[in-house]
Amino acid sequence: MNNRVANWFRFASPQNFYPLAGRLWPLFAMLGTVLAGIGLWMSFFVAPTDAQQGEGYRIIFVHVPVSWMSMIIYLVMAAWAGLGLIFNTRLSGMMATALAPTGALCAFLSLWTGALWGKPMWGTWWVWDARLTSELILLFLYLGFMALQAAIDDPRRADKAGAVLALVGVINVPIIYFSVQWWNTLHQGASVSLTRSPSMATTMLWGMLIMSIAIWMYTIAVALARVRCIILERERHADWVRHAVE
Amino acid sequence: MTSSSWRSVFAAVVRREIALAMQQKGDVLTPLFFFVIVASLFPLGVGPEAPLLLRMAPGVLWVGALLAAMLSLQRLFAADHADGSLEQMAISGTPLAVIVMAKVLAHFLLSGLPLVLIAPVLGIQFGLDARSLGVLTLSLLLGTPTLSLVGGIGAALTLGVRGGGVLLSLLTLPLYIPVLIFGAGAVEADAAGLGVGAHFSLMGALLLLSGLFAPFAITTALRISLE
Repeated sequence: MNNRVANWFRFASPQNFYPLAGRLWPLFAMLGTVLAGIGLWMSFFVAPTDAQQGEGYRIIFVHVPVSWMSMIIYLVMAAWAGLGLIFNTRLSGMMATALAPTGALCAFLSLWTGALWGKPMWGTWWVWDARLTSELILLFLYLGFMALQAAIDDPRRADKAGAVLALVGVINVPIIYFSVQWWNTLHQGASVSLTRSPSMATTMLWGMLIMSIAIWMYTIAVALARVRCIILERERHADWVRHAVE
Repeated sequence: MTSSSWRSVFAAVVRREIALAMQQKGDVLTPLFFFVIVASLFPLGVGPEAPLLLRMAPGVLWVGALLAAMLSLQRLFAADHADGSLEQMAISGTPLAVIVMAKVLAHFLLSGLPLVLIAPVLGIQFGLDARSLGVLTLSLLLGTPTLSLVGGIGAALTLGVRGGGVLLSLLTLPLYIPVLIFGAGAVEADAAGLGVGAHFSLMGALLLLSGLFAPFAITTALRISLE
């Protein structure tokens, strides 16, 4: 038992995590590519045409997964940030920093695909609906997190300041999720629910879930690859980095 | 340290902040004039039609108050950080959270409260009736303390950071959005005959939530800045 705990904490050191991340990220990248292939094939060729929305609805297979990921990444980022504040581990802060750009990308893609979907369905690129607005706020939170970290030269201080901001901002994520119930506006209610049977065809649901997992795997792969770069950059004065690069 | 001595420290810090502000009245008045000017720019920008202005008034006044409250945030810790008194506060026997809360309260008294008091005058310019003016003032009174608390987190995080002013607005404005939504929404809900109970309850909840968590966040951020 003690041995196992010790093994886990071994990877909290950037020196030990660097090779592990190097072995893991191609694995996740491969998984993500294969799943994205299956998911895209299902979403374009297997899923039936929607009775009301025609072919245009197919953007849902990108829109919903990136929207979910944009929120999940924020939660994971805040969790890493919190761990970093509590245990004062360097790697946690690096993980939070590595996740932020992907989270911002997902939030941006969610808004963009939402606009592309909204134009044919609602006849408008943008509505000031609660969910859209909250997603925009989430994008601002990511940008604020990255701007704050970029403005502070000392990486350890940047990690900690970013961690406080991430933890404060995490209050926003439930607001996004429950905003549908709070302000009942133009945006349709959630179409996937865990408690009642979903109001969409099973193949559509499967396509969406597979795409979600694909983007999840992509996120992990990218974050691990990015954290390797951050480790190299910050530990460049350490001996082991010189050997690792050689 | 007993709680009674914390109370005397709290009162002393509030008195000190107000005394310092009274020596430089411009610092207090500038955000106030900024608020008046921003509110006056909107009719010039969108035209003087009374129904349009009436429709926009709660949102415009709330956004103006938000920006004005943000302007004065940078002063919250900057001077004390520059002359080293913030470090003395951090290592004094009194918990830093107590001092921080006193500073935030002083910030509300010096920047939030004047906005609350002047908002009805601006509301009259936009043609709001007496009832709406009352709701607007109450919503500002309930919302501006939250702005001071949440803004304090941003002020503490950007303390001594390059490009602090712009960064501060980038960090705090997104966090202000719920207050803006419920604050301006209260006036509109009242005008639509829906009652203001829900909006005021939610604003009260935001105030309690930020009052509970902000002192810890500000204290943590200050300690990070002081390292």
